[in-house]
Order: sequence, then structure tokens, then C-alpha cells
Amino acid sequence: MLALFARRAVQAALILLGVAAITFVLLYALPADPAVLLAGRNATPATVASIRHQLGLDLPLPVQFWNYLVNLLHGDLGRSFNQKTAVAPLILARLPATLTLMAAGIAIEVAIGLTLGVIAALRRDGVVDRLVMTLSFVGVSTPQFLVALLLLYIFAATLGWFPMSGYGTPAHLVLPAFTLGILGAGWYARVVRSAMIEVLGQDYVRTANAKGLSAPRVVLRHALPNALLPVIAMIGIDIGQFMSGTVVVEAVYGWPGIGQLAWQAIQQVDIPIIMGVTLVSAFAIVLGNLVADLAAPLIDPRIRAA
Amino acid sequence: MAALNTFRALARRPVLVAGLLVIATVAAAALFAPWLAPYAPDNQIYDGLSLEGAPLPPSHEFLLGTDTLGRDLLSRLIYGARTSLLIGLVANGTAVLIGLTVGVFAGYFGGLPGGLLMRFTDLMTAFPALLLAIVLAALLKPSLWIVAMVIAMVNWVQVARIAYTETRSLAERDFILAERAMGAGHLRILGRHILPHLVPTAIVWGTLGIATTVLLEATLSFLGIGVQPPEPSWGNIVFESQSYFQSAPWLVFFPGAAILATALSFNLVGDALRDLLDPTQRGRD
Repeated sequence: MLALFARRAVQAALILLGVAAITFVLLYALPADPAVLLAGRNATPATVASIRHQLGLDLPLPVQFWNYLVNLLHGDLGRSFNQKTAVAPLILARLPATLTLMAAGIAIEVAIGLTLGVIAALRRDGVVDRLVMTLSFVGVSTPQFLVALLLLYIFAATLGWFPMSGYGTPAHLVLPAFTLGILGAGWYARVVRSAMIEVLGQDYVRTANAKGLSAPRVVLRHALPNALLPVIAMIGIDIGQFMSGTVVVEAVYGWPGIGQLAWQAIQQVDIPIIMGVTLVSAFAIVLGNLVADLAAPLIDPRIRAA
Repeated sequence: MAALNTFRALARRPVLVAGLLVIATVAAAALFAPWLAPYAPDNQIYDGLSLEGAPLPPSHEFLLGTDTLGRDLLSRLIYGARTSLLIGLVANGTAVLIGLTVGVFAGYFGGLPGGLLMRFTDLMTAFPALLLAIVLAALLKPSLWIVAMVIAMVNWVQVARIAYTETRSLAERDFILAERAMGAGHLRILGRHILPHLVPTAIVWGTLGIATTVLLEATLSFLGIGVQPPEPSWGNIVFESQSYFQSAPWLVFFPGAAILATALSFNLVGDALRDLLDPTQRGRD
């Protein structure tokens, strides 16, 4: 267990190093020159040169990357070009909003997905089952902005149940969270369904039924816990995806998370912020996968033995 | 015989038939846009706005209404089908090609280069795809082709992984060893024995991937960094009109429905193809 953890942690660190390198090369290979952008339209070449020097952009690329990595290890993500402040606190300040949205979105996904998946598995090939299987495709085929705008139109603009945009109260959270949750739920339902079907066919479930246990008890206490493993893995993946994948939802609902921060930074070519958000997102993806990998043996002793 | 079986399989799956019909409709719209569209897509029609200058709701004259500049929405959607399908085919075709090349190379030759390629693939999975696409698209001054390439750069990873696994398992099989023992070169083994086995994978991902691509293009265009107006794309129609969505919801609803129907159809058909072409996957998930 400890060896597994150590190996995974090293892998994760290497992947993060790779992500940092690629982001770095990518952003500096692109035509947009931050020094020119910062200096403004009427700047003299001397001003541009001095800004370039100030930012360390005149150093050789490998030196710039090395400096970047050293700073990174000190928790320093650099300074924003436009906002003249350090990037790390900017991202930290946005983190609670994104984490709240993520947690609520995942909770909705799991709640809807578990319910539909269990029902579909119990009524295999029935109407509900077919509907769930088709709906799971609808979920992955719908653009987020469509659901976001439709929910806004129906529940905010027309019915007035929820605020149009903003942040702060639970009411503000409902529509953005449901936008994420509705779209993700289909795939959870699909995964829970197939796991449940497998578990329901096993001997110990038959034994439980034969002992005369009530159907809800067999399903909820005996079968469901063993069907949850893939759900844990999916939650791990979603933690990573939602860290940066909420850009659209945050843009539509004016949700002040790191997606919005990245979106604003991209429009201003604020490279340190873009790199910071990319790294934090990659970190979340790696961490999410790591948590899913490590949670599996903790939950299921059979994996621990293997 | 195969045709008959395919036909029977189709008859049992009405959802799949619906998907094929939608794809055929979108393809027809894209191919015959100049003949099908009632107006030119960039024609700002004189009667296309109300007296107050607001877009017109669906009517006899404008079947799906008009947009904020008085252009016929149906015509823009029909021309938008061109953009979506073109990007879908080019971007996803490129992605599948890159994925197959990387996967087959790494799987067949293995060794240090193969290992490095697959570690790079792993690395790309940890890359926030949407963010990467947004960064590239925002900084590269997007045109239709740039958008397609950006999407291809993001989408090849999954194909590479599958192609890698399949090539690895094929490369160790006896008939390949026999072929090699008889002195066949790499090119012959790859061309005659490995690639033909990957055709189903290419077909399935060539279809499923279009759904992902159409969605990603729509999302980038919705954010204003995809296909640039006035060239119509389903995503940028929503982008242009989102601030009017309370007074003119059809401007969001119809393009949104087009994106959803197209992506859903490619997903359903791709999934069905996977069932048909790979019996071992049948009945899974």
C-alpha cells in the first residue's frame, strides 16, 4: 500500500513537471508578445525592452523555465502581468467558489445517477432502462452553454425562482450546479447500471434473497456498496475535469471561480495566470486520479489483496 | 449476408435509425446549402427586424425567425452545418490519424521511443483539454482551420491509447511471429496484419469523435474564440445572440438543438458501430 502510494506520487510529480514544461513552451512559442501588450500601443521600443527585462523575458528560455520551476517549488506561481499581484493568492481567492460549484455539481450527478442507475439495473430492458441508456448519451451530447442558458431562461428570467447570476447565497448555486449535475448524471447512471447488473448476478446476492431479506435491504445494503467502486473512480476524474471544465458555466452565470479567472486572463494574454490555472487544474486531475486509485483498495479489500 | 444482418440490426434499433437520419439531414444541409437555404446567410434582410430593431420570431416568412442583424436564422443554421461538419471531419480525421500513428508506432516498436510516446500521451490526459483548447484558440487568432487543428491537438489521446493496447496485443500473437520468422519486413507486417485489425477502431472513433469535436467547436465559438462571425457556426450564432436570449430565445434554442441533435446522433451511431464491429464489446456498459 505504501509502496503503491510512493510510486503513484512520483508518477504524479513527473506528470506535473511535464505539464509545466509543455505549458511553458506552448505559451512562449505563441505569437503574442506579453511585453508589447503590456507596454501599450504608443510605447517606444526602449519601454518594451525594459518591460521585457523586468519580466525576465529577455533571458534564454531554459533559464526562464528553471527560474519558473524554482519559484514553483516555493509556491510562487509568478506575478500577473495585468493585475500586478502574485498569481497564487489570486487563484486561492477563486478556489472556494469553484470547489463549492464542483462539490454541488458532483453531489447532484451522483444523486441522480445512482437513483436512475439502480432503477435501470433492477428493471433491466424495461422502459426506464432504455430511457436511462438513451439519456446518458443525451447528457454527453449536450453543450453546457445550452443547458445553462435554458435553465437561466426558464428558472431565472421567466419563473424568477433563482437569481440570474452572481455568487454568495445558496440560491445562486442552484442553477450552475444543476447545469453540471444534469449533464454528468447520465454517465453515472450508465456506469452504476452495469456495475449493479454484475453485482446482482452474484451468489451472495442470491443468498441474501434466499434468506428472505427484503428487496430494498438486499439492493441497498448488499448490492449497492459493491457497485460503488466505479463511481468513486468517476468522482476522481470529475474533480479534475471540473477544476477547469467549469469555464463555460462560470462565464454564463458570472460565477467567480478559477474558470472565470482563466477566461479573463486569456483575453488579456496574462500568461502567468493562464499557466497558474493550467497547473492547478492539472494538479487537480492528477490528484483526482490518485485519490480514485488509492480509494479503491481502501474500500474494497479484494483489490488490496491483489 | 452482411448487408442483411446490418439491416436486421438496424430494424431492431429505431434510435440508431433516427441518428442516421439526423446525420444524413445535416450532411445534406451542408452539401446543398446554397440550394436549400431560403436566403443568403449574411444577407441582412430589409424586413428582417421589427420596427424597434428587434429580431423577428419564427413566422411563415422566416421559418426559424431572424437574428439580431435581421439575417434569416434557418439559412444561417444550414450554412452552419457546413462549418460544423467540416470542422468535425477535418479535426477528428486528424485526431484519429495522429492517435493511430502514435499508438501503432509505440505499440509495435516499443522500446524507449515507444515508452516515451506513451508517457507523453499519459501527460496529455492530465492536461485540462478545454483549457488547452481555449488558450490555443485565444492566442492563435482563430480561423476555421486553426479551430480544427486546435481540436485535433486535444482529441487524439484516447485513440492513441486504444491503438496502442490493440497493437501491443497483436504484435505478440503467433501469426505475427510466424510472419516475421518468414522474413516479412515491418512495413508488410504493419500494412497487412496490424492496420487491418485497427480499421474497426478507426471507424468507431471516426464517428464517436465527431460528436466530441462538434461540441468542442460549439463551445469555443460560444466563448467567441472559435469560428469568427460573420461566418456562421452553430456555436457563434449563440455567442452573437446570448445577450438577447430573454427576448429572442429561438436564437439560442434552434442552434442549440442542432448541436445537440448532431452530437447525439454521432454518439448513438458510433456506439452502435462499436457493437456491430466488435462482438466482444457487445452488451458491455
